[in-house]
Amino acid sequence: MEQELTLSTLERGERAVISYVAGDDAVATRLGHLGFLPGTEIQTIRRAPFGDPTIYALRGNQMCLRRAETERIIISPAEVA
Amino acid sequence: MSCHEPGPHHTHKNCSSDTLTGNPDPRIALIGSPNAGKTTLFNQLTGLRAKTGNYPGVTVTRRTGIAKAEGRELVIEDLPGTYSLMPVSPDEQVVSDVLNGKLDEDQPPDAAIVVMDATTVERSLILVGQVLDLGLPTIVVVTMVDELADRGGYIDREALQSILGVPVVEIVGTKGIGVDEVRGLLHDPTSWPRPVITPPTEPTEQAAWIDSVLTTILHEPPSGHRRTAAIDRALLHPVIGVLIFLLVMLGFFQVIFTVAKPIQDWIGALFDSAGDWVEAHVTWAPLASLISDGVLGGVGTVIQFLPQILLLFLMISFLENVGYMSRAALVMDRAMGTIGLEGRCFVSLLSSYACAVPGIMSTRTIPSSRDRIATMMVAPMMTCSARIPVYTLFIAAFVPATKVWGPIGLQGLVLFGLYLLGTVSAMIVAAILKRTSLRSDKLPFYMEMPPYRVPGWRLVLTQCWDSCKYFLRKAGTIILGTSVILWILLHIPVVTPPAQLNDQQAASYQMQHSIAGTVGRAVEPVFKPLGFNWEINVALIASLSAREVFVATLGQITSAQSDNTKDITTSLQQQTYPNGEKVYTAPTVAAILVFFVYALQCMSTVAVMRRETNSRRWPLFAFTYMFALAWIMGWVAHTITTALTT
Repeated sequence: MEQELTLSTLERGERAVISYVAGDDAVATRLGHLGFLPGTEIQTIRRAPFGDPTIYALRGNQMCLRRAETERIIISPAEVA
Repeated sequence: MSCHEPGPHHTHKNCSSDTLTGNPDPRIALIGSPNAGKTTLFNQLTGLRAKTGNYPGVTVTRRTGIAKAEGRELVIEDLPGTYSLMPVSPDEQVVSDVLNGKLDEDQPPDAAIVVMDATTVERSLILVGQVLDLGLPTIVVVTMVDELADRGGYIDREALQSILGVPVVEIVGTKGIGVDEVRGLLHDPTSWPRPVITPPTEPTEQAAWIDSVLTTILHEPPSGHRRTAAIDRALLHPVIGVLIFLLVMLGFFQVIFTVAKPIQDWIGALFDSAGDWVEAHVTWAPLASLISDGVLGGVGTVIQFLPQILLLFLMISFLENVGYMSRAALVMDRAMGTIGLEGRCFVSLLSSYACAVPGIMSTRTIPSSRDRIATMMVAPMMTCSARIPVYTLFIAAFVPATKVWGPIGLQGLVLFGLYLLGTVSAMIVAAILKRTSLRSDKLPFYMEMPPYRVPGWRLVLTQCWDSCKYFLRKAGTIILGTSVILWILLHIPVVTPPAQLNDQQAASYQMQHSIAGTVGRAVEPVFKPLGFNWEINVALIASLSAREVFVATLGQITSAQSDNTKDITTSLQQQTYPNGEKVYTAPTVAAILVFFVYALQCMSTVAVMRRETNSRRWPLFAFTYMFALAWIMGWVAHTITTALTT
């Protein structure tokens, strides 16, 4: 099986599609309610001046997450979707 | 049988008379994510006749208002902004409890209005789906449709209405467009259409449901917010962004010290001349001192700071509504992360430079309750405006106005040092708390970056006024009350001074033997290592109610004791012990200043902590550790200064 890509590897300006959020805890549920649902298109907008957190565009708004959370969000390249 | 069940013979009239609570007006809950325009709709519907209070047992402000529709009055309940009905933060817990009828009314609201930002339909539908799952009569209000059109987006309202199965109204909140249509529906929630099937809750199904809704309503997403992208390019630039951030912070403090100063001086002069008038016309000296030093001095110092507070809150409210505060939080998140907090904590701490009360209230936006408590525990150490009268009095009286380098003088440096000491100490304590008792619960950090918007001035002014009310209330109650009580305690019991004393010595003798003086002398051993005498002790105890009272109390005591030099600065400088030694030596002044950096001398802050943490433990902990820290650091300052000056 190929190694899975996480949102944290998505460079500035790049697009991808969310496959799923790893785990089944409150963090995963909350991320889902914030719009990080399977099949959602996502783009890295920019990183904060000190490198973390990062702003992402998804579902018509901009949300920022820290690296720890983006490492739990599994993505697939946009063109596959 | 519940009156929420739809039925052909159920008109709202008999429904409301059946209501067990005896409240004949239907309650309608207003739900929406932060930044969706919920508060603007609330203000439009209720005409700003909002009643604010608190939810019982929890810490979140409750805002209700009355909307009039076709001769009927409806109670609109403005719930805190939330992304989800599955609660994480205390605010969200309230939303969930209200909707499930777990709060005081013991029954859920009669209907719900869910507010959805037209520019973020794809995300907002998640919350809409959750609200529809509740089974209450619901209206969906789509806000910011003008912005959606401007940015080339589209949604078909009729289609949205038919796929959701509930009424959908489009509004432009800031211009009031569409609000009458909402009002037209309000009078009879039981007549609203209800959804045939409710939306799914499992993530993959949820995503599929949203996709099908989007397809049905011919959703065309708005183009990127060009203005926002352009502004962010500068404001979040690794170099320019940080520079602008520092400039905004500098401007923020510049306002504290320069812009508000002339108005402040003017108000100060007004109270001073009122005090002079009283002293000239009231012949009994103790009463004159009560009115001029206690009442006018105490209340005056607070009123004097009102322009400054007003400006600060105006700036905070403006920066928040325009969208900059989220950026400031983003810039600071990394730094706050190193001490275990997050970017939003920075915003709360920034507000605490004005006053810890609104600072602590603003921690509500922090989803993690542990981060929230850690922020509250250190917020009072940020140098609030109540310390300024104390700092300026002692610095002006005892620190020489020498120039150190260029335009920078020693007095300014000392003041800056006190600000820095408070800030650094707050960070250290927060870091310790976050590594011990408040280690993080496993919550994701997330923060929405709203597009930059021109804020409605009414919203900014309302928020600003809400914060200022605290100040006026404090001046009118706590400070006035303390000043009067203290005056009484300084003058009873009436003692007969030994005959050989002159008038000032007699007054001093009276105060020393009053209740307050006795207490002040009783605690002398505690504060002896810091160089405090009984007068300072009395003022210190009185200032536990509010820091400003310290100056007013010293004023009351010294003006009674000294000959007619009414100027408190001179009397402090000249005050000596019976053996001729000066009372206010450099080590003592240093200890006083440092004591004020740390001590939690503010009943309003303690009260708001009590309310916001919903516990007695946390405010007690804050008060105790800050008092201990104040004593220890005051002693350290006293010792170091003694070593340096001898």
